[in-house]
Amino acid sequence: MTTTTATATATATATDDATRIRERALAAARSVTDPEMPMLTLDDLGILRSVEVSGSGAVTVAITPTYTGCPAMATMRDDLVRVLGVAGFADATIRVSLSPAWSSDWITARGRQALTDHGLSAPGRVPVRSGPVALSLMPTRRELHCPQCGSGAVELTSEFGPTACKALYRCTSCLEPFEHVKEI
Amino acid sequence: MPDETAMPDELDAIQSVADDVVHQPSHPAPDPNDAHGSVYDGLLGGDPSHWAFGTDFEDPLAGVDTTMPEGVDAADLGTYCLMLADDALIASQRLSEWCSRAPDLEDDIALSNIALDLLGQARLLLARAAAADPSLVPALPEGSPVPAEDALAFFRDAGEFRNVRLVELDNGDFAVTIVKLLLHSSARIAIFEQLVDSRDHVLSAVAAKGIKELTYHRDYAGRWFLTLARGTEESRRRIDAALGQVSPLQAEMFATHAVEARVAAAGVGVDPATVADAVAVVLAQVFALSGVDQPTKAPLAAVQGRQGRDGMHTEALSRIVGEMQVVARAHPMGQW
Repeated sequence: MTTTTATATATATATDDATRIRERALAAARSVTDPEMPMLTLDDLGILRSVEVSGSGAVTVAITPTYTGCPAMATMRDDLVRVLGVAGFADATIRVSLSPAWSSDWITARGRQALTDHGLSAPGRVPVRSGPVALSLMPTRRELHCPQCGSGAVELTSEFGPTACKALYRCTSCLEPFEHVKEI
Repeated sequence: MPDETAMPDELDAIQSVADDVVHQPSHPAPDPNDAHGSVYDGLLGGDPSHWAFGTDFEDPLAGVDTTMPEGVDAADLGTYCLMLADDALIASQRLSEWCSRAPDLEDDIALSNIALDLLGQARLLLARAAAADPSLVPALPEGSPVPAEDALAFFRDAGEFRNVRLVELDNGDFAVTIVKLLLHSSARIAIFEQLVDSRDHVLSAVAAKGIKELTYHRDYAGRWFLTLARGTEESRRRIDAALGQVSPLQAEMFATHAVEARVAAAGVGVDPATVADAVAVVLAQVFALSGVDQPTKAPLAAVQGRQGRDGMHTEALSRIVGEMQVVARAHPMGQW
């Protein structure tokens, strides 16, 4: 009985250690910010898909691109490797997870708040699609509010903005332009 | 990742270390009186890695499950990936020609964004082509650091490109560009809607992601088509002329190549003929709303039975490929 209890305790301790180590790796990975929107972490954006730690302490992080041509993937990878290295994980591998494709619905509540706090408009819910993608010949209708003055009187300037994930808007009340993170 | 998971207290210390790393300036704030200071100091928030932003070679498929599906010829899969990649690559390169010279800033940005999306699709597909059939990749001098995707983009001759001829056509005026984009994005989105069911994990993932991007491209082109068609007499004249010029190249996008037939039969690719009707329905909507007649010009003929998918192209391709490749070809060792 004694032996069994000791083994069980040892196993429990090992499990606790593994959990703690994983949480350390997770915390480090979660602190890395997006190179193009540094007010958001990769976790807030939903780009950080998983963090695994092997028995030998090797970390494998999976990230997913927002858009296929996202030019910031290499920078994100380097930032993750560096931050994990400083946190004591010298052996870190960053994998790209293409599927499932990123959705703006994955941006966390904290991420949405950070966008708003920095004068950006957060994406609404992605419409659920069934059947073929419908063509839309009229400007996309979104219920938006100006992140500067809160007015709902806004107009779309362009569906394409300074980065692949943003559209351009203008507030017709305060006349300030602002960026809206697109639903995708 | 779970949303907003609470972090245990004992992790605060490690979190603050990580925070410090992220926010630590790599050099002091700029001092205008310091001869060694630079106006660019501080612009990048002090993260040292950002100085190397986007400059390194990178395998776009790093970490993706690249297992080859069974029951498909590797050479066929490689060639099929090249076809889809070359469509995107050449369309992207053409759209990039608008950068800094579009009719207004918003459209300059829009066309560049669309080009970037297509370039991203091309990179994944070229890397997939190289993995499926390494013999497709042109040989480079020993020790060259040029990755396979770049070797395929920059070291093949025009006759080895497998894109449909529509995408290589000169940009012409803005109306020609819009018509090309409308016809191409409509066909590509329809093909991708079937390609999501591919047994090849990479093709399936590229398609699922690509659909989201192409939705914006097609809407953009459709809205401009409508605007130009119902705008002024001059804009209408131009959209009619553009349609007359581009539409003869439309049929080729739905002509089944032998490779496409085989990969479709193997459950890996899509026979483009099967999406022709669905695309026609979408375009009929655009034409009807725009008050434009369906184009009736005869398709551009194949040359001795060969079209873009066979490597038979118009003269426009050799010129755009020459411009796209000149720097890479001058420096095959990737150094200058």
